[in-house]
Amino acid sequence: MAAYDVNGTSVEHDEEGYITNLGDWTKELADVIAAAEEVDMTDEHWAVVNFLRDYYEEYQIAPAVRVLIKSIKKSMGPEVGNNKYMYELFPYGPAKQACKIAGLPKPTGCV
Amino acid sequence: MSETVKKFLYVNRKAPYGTIYAQEALEVVLIGAAFDQDVSLAFLDDGVFQLTKGQDTKEIGLKNFSATYRALGDYEVTKLYVEKESLEERGLTLDDLQNIEYEDEDDDYAEKPSIRLVTRAEMAEVMADQDVVLSF
Repeated sequence: MAAYDVNGTSVEHDEEGYITNLGDWTKELADVIAAAEEVDMTDEHWAVVNFLRDYYEEYQIAPAVRVLIKSIKKSMGPEVGNNKYMYELFPYGPAKQACKIAGLPKPTGCV
Repeated sequence: MSETVKKFLYVNRKAPYGTIYAQEALEVVLIGAAFDQDVSLAFLDDGVFQLTKGQDTKEIGLKNFSATYRALGDYEVTKLYVEKESLEERGLTLDDLQNIEYEDEDDDYAEKPSIRLVTRAEMAEVMADQDVVLSF
């Protein structure tokens, strides 16, 4: 199985790049995954990633993209919580790509 | 798309962890929620155990997905019918169930309870009123 390398420690991931053991996640790992995804992490990226981790902690699921955007809009305002901006942050899909960086499983219903 | 909205009812009658039905039903509901239909859930027989609070799955090595019911409101699934007789037959009351709420966008995002306690007779009416009933 393929793995990310975080300062010499290897963290296993599946064929799509989602980590196998959710407990393996660290901020350093997030930077490594983001680099592999060619995403340059800014404060806004972190805000979305942290939101996803909090959502998963509370509800045990990664939210669908429209639920994510709606919730971000509510917590962070419409200038962040809109489709266009979220896709600028995560070009391969805010739920799919941000969940990968956040160390969560692929969102339910995501193919 | 509004002219094609149908009323979907997902009927949950099994305990949460002995079989995969409860978790699969919840997953289908979450995926199906993307289609903007009128979705309700029904909980009867052992299905009422799915909503109990304080579930702990550590000893059986399964994921505790009970928290996910509280996310249903985010998916605009806001009608969870629970059968009164099924609760009573198992020595349960509404107090044994999780507090599940949704935010009503048309009422300044007021938090409202999603669980609706209905009698067996009322449950039959809820079922009769649907276009599609999916039983798990």
